[in-house]
Amino acid sequence: MTALPVPALSLVVLVGVSGSGKSTFAARAFAPYEVLSSDYCRALVSGDETDQSASADAFDVLHYIVGKRLDRGLLTVVDATNVSREARASLVQLARDHDVLPVAIVLDVPTQVAIQRNAGRADRPFGEGPIKRQAAQLRRSVRGLGREGFRKVHVLTSVDEVDQAVIVRERLLNDFRDQHGPFDVIGDVHGCLDELVLLLDRLGYLVVRDSAGRAVDAEHPGGRRVVFVGDLVDRGPSSVGVLRLAMGMTAAGHALAVPGNHEAKLIRALDGRNVQASHGLERTLAELADEPDEFRVQVREWCRSLVSHLVLDDGKLVIAHAGLKQAYHGRASGRVRSFALYGDTTGETDEYGLPVRLPWAEEYRGRALVAYGHTPTPTLDWVNNTLCLDTGCVFGGKLSALRYPERETVSVDALGVHYEPVKPLVPQVEQRAADELRLDDVAGRRSIETSTMGRVTITAEDAAGALEVMSRFALHPRLVPYLPPTMSPVATAKRDGYLEHPAEAFATYAEWGVDRVICQEKHMGSRAVVFVRPGDGAVYTRTGRTFFGAELTAKLLDRVRAAVASAGLDRELGSDWLLLDAELLPWSAKAGSLLREQYAPVGAAAAMALPPAVAALRMAAARNVDRGEVERGDGSFRSAGLDVGPLLQRTESRLANASAYDAAWQRYVWPTSGLDGVQLAVFQVLAAEGASFAGRDHQWHLAIADRLVEADPGLFRTTRRLAVEVDDAESVAAGIGWWEELTEAGGEGMVVKPLANRVPVTKGRRPQPGLKVRGREYLRIIYGPDYTEPGNLERLRNRNLSRKRSLALREYALGLEAVDRLVAGEPLWRVHEAVFGVLALESEPVDPRL
Amino acid sequence: MFLTLTMTGADAPALGHLLRKHPDRVQTFTLPVGAATVFYPESTPERVTAALLLEVDPIGMVKRRLKSREGLSLTDYVTDRPYAASSMLAVALGRVFNTALNGRSESYPELAAGRVPLEIRTPAVPARATSRHSGAELVRQLFEPLGWNVTAATRDFGPEGSWGPAPYVDLTLTGRVRLADALSQLYVLLPVLDNAKHYWVGSDEVAKLVRRGEGWLASHPERELIVRRYLKSRRDYVEDATARLRALDDAVDETEPDDPASGEEGAEAPTPLKLLRLQAVLDAVREVGARRVVDLGCGEGFYLRALLDDPAIVEIVGVDVSPRVLEYAERRLGLDRRSERQVAKLSLWQSSATYRDDRLAGFDAILLVEVIEHLDPDRIDALEASVFGAARPAHVVLTTPNRDYNVVYGLPDGTWRHPDHRFEWTRAEFAAWAQTVGDRFGYRVELRGVGAVDAVLGAPTQLALFSRDDVAEPPGRGEGR
Repeated sequence: MTALPVPALSLVVLVGVSGSGKSTFAARAFAPYEVLSSDYCRALVSGDETDQSASADAFDVLHYIVGKRLDRGLLTVVDATNVSREARASLVQLARDHDVLPVAIVLDVPTQVAIQRNAGRADRPFGEGPIKRQAAQLRRSVRGLGREGFRKVHVLTSVDEVDQAVIVRERLLNDFRDQHGPFDVIGDVHGCLDELVLLLDRLGYLVVRDSAGRAVDAEHPGGRRVVFVGDLVDRGPSSVGVLRLAMGMTAAGHALAVPGNHEAKLIRALDGRNVQASHGLERTLAELADEPDEFRVQVREWCRSLVSHLVLDDGKLVIAHAGLKQAYHGRASGRVRSFALYGDTTGETDEYGLPVRLPWAEEYRGRALVAYGHTPTPTLDWVNNTLCLDTGCVFGGKLSALRYPERETVSVDALGVHYEPVKPLVPQVEQRAADELRLDDVAGRRSIETSTMGRVTITAEDAAGALEVMSRFALHPRLVPYLPPTMSPVATAKRDGYLEHPAEAFATYAEWGVDRVICQEKHMGSRAVVFVRPGDGAVYTRTGRTFFGAELTAKLLDRVRAAVASAGLDRELGSDWLLLDAELLPWSAKAGSLLREQYAPVGAAAAMALPPAVAALRMAAARNVDRGEVERGDGSFRSAGLDVGPLLQRTESRLANASAYDAAWQRYVWPTSGLDGVQLAVFQVLAAEGASFAGRDHQWHLAIADRLVEADPGLFRTTRRLAVEVDDAESVAAGIGWWEELTEAGGEGMVVKPLANRVPVTKGRRPQPGLKVRGREYLRIIYGPDYTEPGNLERLRNRNLSRKRSLALREYALGLEAVDRLVAGEPLWRVHEAVFGVLALESEPVDPRL
Repeated sequence: MFLTLTMTGADAPALGHLLRKHPDRVQTFTLPVGAATVFYPESTPERVTAALLLEVDPIGMVKRRLKSREGLSLTDYVTDRPYAASSMLAVALGRVFNTALNGRSESYPELAAGRVPLEIRTPAVPARATSRHSGAELVRQLFEPLGWNVTAATRDFGPEGSWGPAPYVDLTLTGRVRLADALSQLYVLLPVLDNAKHYWVGSDEVAKLVRRGEGWLASHPERELIVRRYLKSRRDYVEDATARLRALDDAVDETEPDDPASGEEGAEAPTPLKLLRLQAVLDAVREVGARRVVDLGCGEGFYLRALLDDPAIVEIVGVDVSPRVLEYAERRLGLDRRSERQVAKLSLWQSSATYRDDRLAGFDAILLVEVIEHLDPDRIDALEASVFGAARPAHVVLTTPNRDYNVVYGLPDGTWRHPDHRFEWTRAEFAAWAQTVGDRFGYRVELRGVGAVDAVLGAPTQLALFSRDDVAEPPGRGEGR
């Protein structure tokens, strides 16, 4: 058995004449979709595996698919003869373009074997000639494969060897995805040993010293590990001391490290190559000159052993000295290494003679946190989930560390200016503007990662609708850090005369394994999100539109701020901003035009049309008809007048329904003037500085709402509530009674939610975050005045809730994600991405009456 | 929906024969629009009244549409259709009284052919006010010229009637009119007053109108309004994502303007200013020699059409934030009828001026015609960053209203020319903004007026031509053209 080591992410190129057994070998040694054969692609484009005239198109297709797979980080095998140098060169280039390693496996079986095999195959009518020519080409190629760029070349020279070869996948050197930390990532040390020791101490490490008092290791009692971002050496007072400590820590398993450009240069110098001993290298070399040879060798070997970037914690953390764009994470190629060491450079230099570095971090859109150094900056600034940790310690700045996964930073001040900077240490200009949003952040088909539900997919069509609304009607995205999810109604009631009833809500939660629920009064107004911050804020609708003009909004926010302060919430939550979920009343404040254009006319038309119809029917019923002349089509009995009985009854009933309808919508209408008459019923505190409150139970949220009501009863409105144990019949009966009372008094209905708020998924069932149970009269506004007629009700019962529920869950997950990103201080585009997702899902076509 | 038709006088008992509906029977007809019942609430020797009661089933209507996944509007069930006289009632009239509508009668041909004393009442006729008439006035304008004595009673609506007259009238027509004419007039004018049709308007609609309008429509003073509204196509029930989102906010879709005069911003009837603006923008584009041009906020493609016809332009990108508008632009530009080469010049992209879109980089010119005033002021910096900072075309041609000039239109200060304008700039404000942007992003600025210049207030539209600092002045500039 021959073991063929192959990097886990590589482009494997099979080389062998027709009939050498490539496809059989590939099918045995690799997974089904990993292998792409030129014959297959030829058949795809032409219908015939052997149609040589289709080869050019077939290889286009093959390259395209290979490219897509490599982009996605998948090992791919190309099954084609590949005996010509040109064919291989294009594959080597393809591998390089996607920054994976090309590997060649040569199947060099005796030519006669191949000839015999082909002779036995009806679809290969060509004779010996082509195979012999291929074999000759192959033999000429074998020696040069390494020079052609293949990182590994395996040659199998017999049928047996081919049959017995086994592929052994090797982990890439940069692949530390199984290392989950916690880590402390330390920025450019540049020989600042004292500061490094201070920082390690601050981070809780215990420094170990040898008999000579030299720091040789540091260990964290909690098992944390250091990751050095490179540039340990040069410029500073003790590069050797830093090396000794870092080498000791890596050897003991207490640290990982990537090389910086200064280590790369140091290796060349130690190799005796001709390098200019400048930029502080002269100091390191001088220090090393005083060390024994053995130490110099160790330093060289250690520096050589470092891998240019590391992918840690399931791919969620990437370390590279100069940072790394997403396409390069976990890849291996010359340009990946060069990017990791030197950054995204153009080869130009600036007025200080330093290389111009392109702002890759501003373009960065990856999920992984990238921690890096290389470019000294005065402050630690997150840029799109990347953090530069080089705070210029050697130039008199600070030495900084990132605690991961906590995402906290820790810095110690430099003990002095150890080296004069060439360029003053000033803030980096031309960062991506804090507010900048890109079309790619939102448009097209996208998947948004959420912590609650994994990936939520947004279709291009939904995104397109949302883009228009977001651009034309919504507030500035920075004022819209959250949009509320839709909510599903309760399962359709079985009870006579009702479309919705609380019994189903309690039963459904019991089924979902949620024992305790809270019933909250549903206010009939408009859903409103209140975002208060010092200096600005917004009160906006479900689509991110402002409710009021600038002036009125400012007044409203001032009142909210005052109430928050007088209730002491700002102190208690330790925040000068708050994000509140609420209902704004009256309905007419927002829906004025809808009421005027749609709801009120319906009532008016009914009130005008039906009474004359009823009167005419009564007249007809009372008419004295000469019976002798009457033909009775249906043979029914009548004593006098025309037989309009059932029609009269129906019409009278429609008249009564229309009045009930008119009364129903008018309950939610009252005049407002400025803020007079406007009320806010807050029912959830979404977020404040550093905290999302999705995990607090609803009683906590409502208690805070109550304090706001107490502080400003004119503006805030109480949300009545009742906790119900769904397994307790008495409690359920109380819940039903409570709802009946509420709705009979004209209330819209109630929302039933898991009392604990964010609930875990049980037995594969994902409970809805809330179910609405709307009142019988209120539903006339939704389903029309006559929906209560038995025939209508029966037809309306047949409604499908599954789409609505699925949407409600996805939107809920995106809403939580938006809040989580907001409180984590992520950049605007990250928050906006999730908010935009909610809006896009809201544009899905689903029965709007649900 | 309810309508009564009364005949008075000595011939009144003949009404049953004329309508071919026996006065002592109650007859129900199942029609596609619903169940139509005809009955006679009164029948005396001097006065006979026939009543038509049409019961429609909104739930059935919606359920059918739900199946076809159309018309998912929250308000489908909450509709005035069961009550208000509309095209559905007209259709029912036509079906139930077909013989009378066509003026035929076997038993009383002379009565059918002559004028008879009639009284028609339908208690809820849609009658929305137009810019020229109140609802009741419009009803009178339509029926009085036909010889009717019109009573159009209104009723206040809203909470305790506080919202003024409801958009319906209780209509009573009395007069001596041929029965067939009376029915034809209702058949045509009820849908006209409703300004909507419940069915798809096909090509045979014109023939129907000619037939039903015979003898009275040609000389009707409101003929134009009647024809326009009668032939109006059914409102598109297919709603897109945007419409669904607007509905979420309880916002009503804007109804189309009744008045032809108010529809002038539509592309068919460009105002002189609109043409002058087009000319000014095209002049600027030609002056700077731009060949690859983006129209950011292209709308229905008024500018795209002009650019397509200009052989000097080799690439045109129309960008709008609304997918619906882009589809409309594609249809209007007749791309399927143009040559491949012309079509190849044009791309239509959905994008937004406030999101950075790298596809827009590298063009000769970006047009921002009457766009910026539709942005909230706090989003202008996003537009600046994406257009001047990221896309960085050689030139930007930007137009916006001149607020100073609004006095000429009689607009009170602080009101804008269009309800969606978030602001309008005075000349001084615009100049200051343009200069700041030019300085910040490295563009030279040249300001121009577009339209008839008022000595004090300037031109109605202001135009800024931005040219990137590293782009040379085009040859011939400043030498007079």
